[in-house]
Amino acid sequence: MELDPFILSRIQFAANITFHIMFPTITIALGWILLFFKLRYNATKDEAWMQAYFYFTKVFALTFALGVVSGITMSFQFGTNWPGFMETVGNVAGPLLAYEVLTAFFLEATFLGIMLFGFSRVPGWVHTLATFLVAAGTTLSAFWIIVLNSWMHTPQGFEMIANEAGQLQAHATSWAEIVFNPSMPYRLTHMLIASGLTASFLVAGISALRWLINDRSPTVMKSMKTGVFIAAFLIPVQMFVGDLHGLNTKEYQPAKVAAMEGIWETQKGAPLVLFGMPNSETKQIDYAIEIPKLASFILTRDWDGEIKGVDAFEHAPPVAPIFWAFRIMVGMGVMMLVISWTAAYFLWRKQDITRPLAFVLVAMTFSGWVATIAGWYVTEIGRQPWLVQGVLTTEEALGPISGGMVATTLSAYLVTYVVLLIAYISTLIHMAKRAGDGSHRDPLKPSVQGAERRTIVTAAQ
Amino acid sequence: MQDIISSGDWLPYTFAFLMGLSMLIYAVLDGYDLGVGMLSDSTNEKEKDRMIASIGPFWDANETWLVLGVGLMLVAFPAAHGVILTELYLPVAVMLFGLIFRGVAFDFRAKVPYQKKWRWNLAFYIGSLLAALAQGYMLGSYIMGFEDSPLATLFSILTGLAVASGYCLIGACWLIMKCDGGLQRKAIKWAKYHLINTVVGLGLISLITPLVSERIFSKWFSVPEIYWIAPIPLATGALIAFLYFILRKLPFENDRYCWVPLITTTGIFILSFTGLAYSFFPYIIPEQMTIVEAASAPSSLMIMLVGALIVLPILIGYTILAYVIFHGKAKDLSYS
Repeated sequence: MELDPFILSRIQFAANITFHIMFPTITIALGWILLFFKLRYNATKDEAWMQAYFYFTKVFALTFALGVVSGITMSFQFGTNWPGFMETVGNVAGPLLAYEVLTAFFLEATFLGIMLFGFSRVPGWVHTLATFLVAAGTTLSAFWIIVLNSWMHTPQGFEMIANEAGQLQAHATSWAEIVFNPSMPYRLTHMLIASGLTASFLVAGISALRWLINDRSPTVMKSMKTGVFIAAFLIPVQMFVGDLHGLNTKEYQPAKVAAMEGIWETQKGAPLVLFGMPNSETKQIDYAIEIPKLASFILTRDWDGEIKGVDAFEHAPPVAPIFWAFRIMVGMGVMMLVISWTAAYFLWRKQDITRPLAFVLVAMTFSGWVATIAGWYVTEIGRQPWLVQGVLTTEEALGPISGGMVATTLSAYLVTYVVLLIAYISTLIHMAKRAGDGSHRDPLKPSVQGAERRTIVTAAQ
Repeated sequence: MQDIISSGDWLPYTFAFLMGLSMLIYAVLDGYDLGVGMLSDSTNEKEKDRMIASIGPFWDANETWLVLGVGLMLVAFPAAHGVILTELYLPVAVMLFGLIFRGVAFDFRAKVPYQKKWRWNLAFYIGSLLAALAQGYMLGSYIMGFEDSPLATLFSILTGLAVASGYCLIGACWLIMKCDGGLQRKAIKWAKYHLINTVVGLGLISLITPLVSERIFSKWFSVPEIYWIAPIPLATGALIAFLYFILRKLPFENDRYCWVPLITTTGIFILSFTGLAYSFFPYIIPEQMTIVEAASAPSSLMIMLVGALIVLPILIGYTILAYVIFHGKAKDLSYS
């Protein structure tokens, strides 16, 4: 059997970036949640906030470490598997990546040291500042990467000039146009809110787990409320932003929208397919459950508006994976809405949750991952066969590597990721159990150590 | 010099310098923490905790210099980046697996149940070892111009061992500075042992490199270059002798001069790196592609240079800040 380096490299890139995105998605927003805990503590001097801060700092550190190591892999992937990308659009992508590393990566990595280990070594305000800089660093990092990614979807502000060897290369003509390319504001907002939802469901889920292990301390209730209320606030905003992002996509990448809706042939008054099986042979959705004309209305604000089908485009992505991923994302969003509002109602009215609700919150701990990854699959597969829309196809960027070599590394990556994911989740569970053994009620119990204990003791005096 | 400035080639050279600088800083900084990882195998649990505590606040930022170095190559010399990384596909993968397991082991070993801790200690040791060996192997195959022969592979294995030993040396010197008592005495012993290995390795690399390339041979052994390049090997030799001398005398009363071995070893690293850089200049891929040929468009380089000149001083500033805040002997680490 011939191993195809193209398909294998694509799977490998997808595996690497899928594994990577899970961790920054948490840390981007968790950083701000930590800052919130710290500021609440500064304002109220309530020990419970500081305990929440210390507890989720540990979660943050673990998540951050996984993000760093999987991110290093990414910076090598471009060269090892896809050298054509930088050779063609390096003049545009290079500076954006450089700014990402320069401004953000170091800000995070250095101040994280102070944030994690420096509480007793630096004045309180420096520690709060370090927490702020870490949160700002992760967000800035997301900004630059989203700028580059959006430029790959809606490229502008450049011209193609042939080098001596006759190879066309992108040269920047306007950096303002490159940075503020048409899809950037939508994608950035959509992603930052996605991160907010991922982190808030994680905080709520872990707190619900501690609640189930009979830890009903103020710190658990405070962090659960923080998670649930943030989620309940963000989810409707996210749905609104997602709609705008979809309209933006329809304008610049209509083929992607056609695949999302599962429409092969251009039609007027297209129905919204809630569910069904896309059939690429007959070019229809089998067993479709649909609402007449709604897709047209959502996308054109006109019940009889025309939506172009996949077949109308010379270069179009595959329908089925995009169709499915889109429904998983939206379905997850609806569940998030129902669950976060229910939990918010209970926490607001009764100041407590019920047992079944706690189980549901635990089950939703990683719901943000599912929705975020599904969303990225929609947008990235939706750009195919292009790597940079209209400029460079994915196939053209592939390097001279053998299928066997990629197969070897791909299998090793997959094994590594499964092992690390199991270790990550079981460690989170272990941490929740250890925190929930009752020792938090007595600050002198050994589960709180060192300066952390000293602070709590001093604060208590 | 005048030509370089007027032809606009100063931009690629500036970036080559920045890239080299990042790689050098990486080799020193991550060198010591990879070294500590490799040395952690032959110690007890308490010593492991202490050793890992000494690098805990730094390793994240240390590793970031690798991202910066490779990132600069990616963005400033995309053509070279593609060639080098596809040639080094497998060692790069091995290094990444090493760095992944080692990086996460820091956090996992502190958070998992006690019975499972040994797994992450092992991951920390093996990860550090794999990353160091792979980096050395890549250096060797770079020196050999990615030649595919048994002899070249043998040389790459040799450089792998030499680099790993060099990292152990600087790791031991770091521990001499950050630890005291029994662990410090152990570290002095490790440093002496790895100094000998490193010198042998460095000697072999210095002998073989000029032999594989006529161009490099003539750069080092022709008049008048030899007069102003000779100080590099001479100074390296002097530093090695001085390091050996001070390692035999340590520890002093009140732990005076505990930082001297680390500074001296850093000096040896800088000189060796300079020697290598001199050998390969102006090539970015030995004998195949020059720095200028591989560079991005001048306008893109200019944009990045502006950012780099604003950010690099700040970056070096807060790296120093972190070292000031966490100076002194390593204590038990807690999130505090």
